[in-house]
Amino acid sequence: MADVAQLIRYRKRQDLLFNIMGMVCTLVGLLTLALLLFDLAYEGLTRIDWQFLTSFPSRKAERAGILSAWVGSLCIMFVTMMSAVPLGVAAAVYLEEYAPKNRFTTLVEINIANLAGVPSIIYGLMALGLLVYGLGLSRSILVGGLTLGMLALPIVIVTTREALRSIPSTIREAAYAAGATKWQVVRYHLVPYSLGGIATGTIIAMSRAVGETAPLITIGALSFIGFLPPSPLQSSPPFVNFGWLGSPFTVMPIQMFNWVSRPTEDFHRNAAATGLVLMLFTLSMNAVAIYVRYRVRRKIHW
Amino acid sequence: MRVSILSQPPPSSRIQRLRPKRLHDARRWKREWKERIIQALLFLAGSSSVAITLAIVGVLFYESLGFFRHVSIVEFLTETTWTPQFANPKYGILPLVGGTLVTTAVALSVALPIGTIVALYLSEFAHHSVRETVKPALELLSAVPTVVYGYFALGFIAPAMQHIIPGLPMFNMLSAGLVMGIMIIPYVSSLSEDAMRSVPMLLREGSHALGGNKVMTAINVVVPSALSGIGAAYILGISRAIGETMIVAVAAGMQPSLTLNPTQPAATITAFIVAVSLGDLPHGSIGYQSIFACGLVLFFMTLFFNLIGHFLRRRFHQAY
Repeated sequence: MADVAQLIRYRKRQDLLFNIMGMVCTLVGLLTLALLLFDLAYEGLTRIDWQFLTSFPSRKAERAGILSAWVGSLCIMFVTMMSAVPLGVAAAVYLEEYAPKNRFTTLVEINIANLAGVPSIIYGLMALGLLVYGLGLSRSILVGGLTLGMLALPIVIVTTREALRSIPSTIREAAYAAGATKWQVVRYHLVPYSLGGIATGTIIAMSRAVGETAPLITIGALSFIGFLPPSPLQSSPPFVNFGWLGSPFTVMPIQMFNWVSRPTEDFHRNAAATGLVLMLFTLSMNAVAIYVRYRVRRKIHW
Repeated sequence: MRVSILSQPPPSSRIQRLRPKRLHDARRWKREWKERIIQALLFLAGSSSVAITLAIVGVLFYESLGFFRHVSIVEFLTETTWTPQFANPKYGILPLVGGTLVTTAVALSVALPIGTIVALYLSEFAHHSVRETVKPALELLSAVPTVVYGYFALGFIAPAMQHIIPGLPMFNMLSAGLVMGIMIIPYVSSLSEDAMRSVPMLLREGSHALGGNKVMTAINVVVPSALSGIGAAYILGISRAIGETMIVAVAAGMQPSLTLNPTQPAATITAFIVAVSLGDLPHGSIGYQSIFACGLVLFFMTLFFNLIGHFLRRRFHQAY
């Protein structure tokens, strides 16, 4: 009997030990994240002020700012969203609702799984060869946004498909029974009901896009931009101006990379401050995505 | 009730009065065409991903072809130095592949064990509420922009490592790889945990009934049952590590050198592409073409792992 009691004690201790090990491993990840935020804040927090946010880059570290970088990031994100979301949602609707089960559909599915895993720098090479030199476009906001749009496309497709798949087939059947065509089912039922999922996927994809550096460096984005793109609104008709699409740009991660690779300490502080602003962007976007997902899950009962 | 209605078709004359035949046809014709056009447009959108892949492969092959006109494939694959800027340039991809493999190995030695244990902990041990808060928090690790990780590796980890390993150069593959490993943890843990959680409860109950504790159940029952899912997670981690760019470009140095010693600086394939892109090489020059040849190698390395991962995941989905 003593043996059995001992064995049970041993097994229980084993459980406890693994429990502790699991917690430690989880903490390694979380603590690293905390340490990273602390390091950025320690180096860069004092550098963030109004002057830093409203100045152009400069040779003098203390006079430099990230105005052109964050404006560029916003413009790029806008183009990325406009290109990736409609195309991605349409592709997901096709694959989930229309596509016949044949070889081509399987090929498209494998292809999307692979595209999601292709390194981002490859997209940059493709955009450099095709858009910049093949089609002769300049290294502009349009090209940068399209590059990141292609990168974001698989994420949008995958999340939209998941949202569509979670809609029970009774909804479709009810709509068909009321005489709706396929497109009417999609337009008035499936897409509205999956908007929460689509929004989550879009925000996640955008938070990835805002931190992407490599593909934009590859297409030859500059790191020293001393001007803003022309305003999208103007006072004379037609009131909208698309000139900004053709403007050269820089984005926050490129600005940060540029400052990190300089030897002086002052520029490293600028880099940390840029990193802090960048983290603020991505973390708040992720928080919104988590919140939306939570709301959608709670609101919908099929 | 329903049967009786269906079995008595309404008199056809009434339908005729409601919808004159010609109008009915015109509407129907219009509606069918609209549906067809929409379906065709959606098909085009669905095929766009294939177009992107074709564009990637096409551009990489086209530009590499120009490169291989100057450099033979044998030299490219066997030469041990990569010195494109020298008067007598050598283009051997081995140093770049070596740098990629070393940083990947360092990253995996961090990410695979920690990621697996985290997945086991979250799926088998942790309380429901712990899992629901920890999982999204861990996923933030993969949301941090990689250039920020690069800054962290160079500005924090490398100096800290220099205290542990005296004489460590500022730029080294070890600190870049370690940080990359932390970044990859959520890729490994998330997918593995999903796989472990979808192992049927029955199997666990069987193990507990035979006297197994949680650890034994986890290791002897859950892990083997979820093996293909865990494999897919590992493969995804490997593919991420190979393609990671900014961390290594910032923290591992950009000079290609053939070494398997992680405490040395070296360039990876991705870091080399960044280094070349920073300078303004003229279109069509051999330096410009060389980054496409490197991209081609990188593309096929990740394609190989992505395909294995895809089939593992599919097998896993079929299993349960």
